[in-house]
Amino acid sequence: MTLAFLILALLTVAGGVAAMTLRRLVHCALALTVAFAGLAALYLNLGAEFAGLAQLLVYVGAIAILIVFVVLLTRGGESDPEHVFSPAGLAGLVIALAVFAVLAWAVMTSAVAHGAQSTPAPQTSMLQIGLTLMQRYVLPLEVIALMLTAAMIGAVILALREKPTSPASPSPNPELRAR
Amino acid sequence: MNPLAGCLLVSALLFSVGIAGALTRRSAILVLAGIELMLNAANLNFIAFWRFGPHPEFLTGMIFVIFSIAVAAAEAAVGLALILAIYRFTRTSDVSEITEMKG
Repeated sequence: MTLAFLILALLTVAGGVAAMTLRRLVHCALALTVAFAGLAALYLNLGAEFAGLAQLLVYVGAIAILIVFVVLLTRGGESDPEHVFSPAGLAGLVIALAVFAVLAWAVMTSAVAHGAQSTPAPQTSMLQIGLTLMQRYVLPLEVIALMLTAAMIGAVILALREKPTSPASPSPNPELRAR
Repeated sequence: MNPLAGCLLVSALLFSVGIAGALTRRSAILVLAGIELMLNAANLNFIAFWRFGPHPEFLTGMIFVIFSIAVAAAEAAVGLALILAIYRFTRTSDVSEITEMKG
C-alpha cells in the first residue's frame, strides 16, 4: 500500500463524509464532486485508465453538474439548515456502523487479506478494451444503449412541466403532442 | 495488510458513509447522492479485484465497471427527474414531509 493510495483514499472518504454531513446542499454537491474525483484518481492509481477516465467524464462531468442543477431548481439552498437529519437518523447511523463492522470483519478475516500480493500492474491497452467490448460483450453493450435511450426519454417525460389538460383535448398527452 | 485488503477497506468505508447518508439525510437529493456513493464503492471493489485477481487479461471487472457507470448515469438522470416532478407536486424535496403514500 503506497503513500499515493493512502492520500487518495483519505481524500475520497473525506469528500464522502463531507458530502453526507454538510448542512448546505450546494456544499454537499461540491464535496460529492471531490469524492468522485478522488475515486477516479484511485482507479488511475490501480491501473484502470479507461475506467478512471470514464468515471471522471460521467461522474465529475455530468452527474455532479446534474445534482447542482437539481439543487438549484428545487431551491435546496433555502431549506432549513437546522434540520438536515431525519428523526430516525440515529438508527440509520447505527445501521451504517454495523454494515461497516461486518464488511471490515469479513475483509480482515478472509484469505485475501493475508498473503503478500505484489503482482505487477496488468498491461491493458485501449484496443484490448474496445475489442473485448465489441466482441465478447457486444450484447450487453446493445442492452446498455437501449437502456440509456429509455432512461433519457423517461427523464424528459418525468421532468416535463404538466399543463392543465383541457377536456376537449384530442390527445391524452398534450405535453407530448406539444413537442 | 496487502493492497487488495486496503482497497476493500476503503470501499467498505465509502459504502458505510453512503448508507449512513441515504438513511439519515432529509433531502431527497442527498439520499440519491448516498446511493451513488454506494454504487461507487462497489465499482472500487470490481477494479480492485480486477487489478489483483488471477486473470486481469479477461478484463471482466473493468467491463463491469464501465457498464455500471452507464447504469448509474441513467439512474441518476431518472432519479433527479423524479425528484423534480415530486418537488413540483409537493413543493418540497424533504423525504420526511412526503407522506402521500404513507399507509
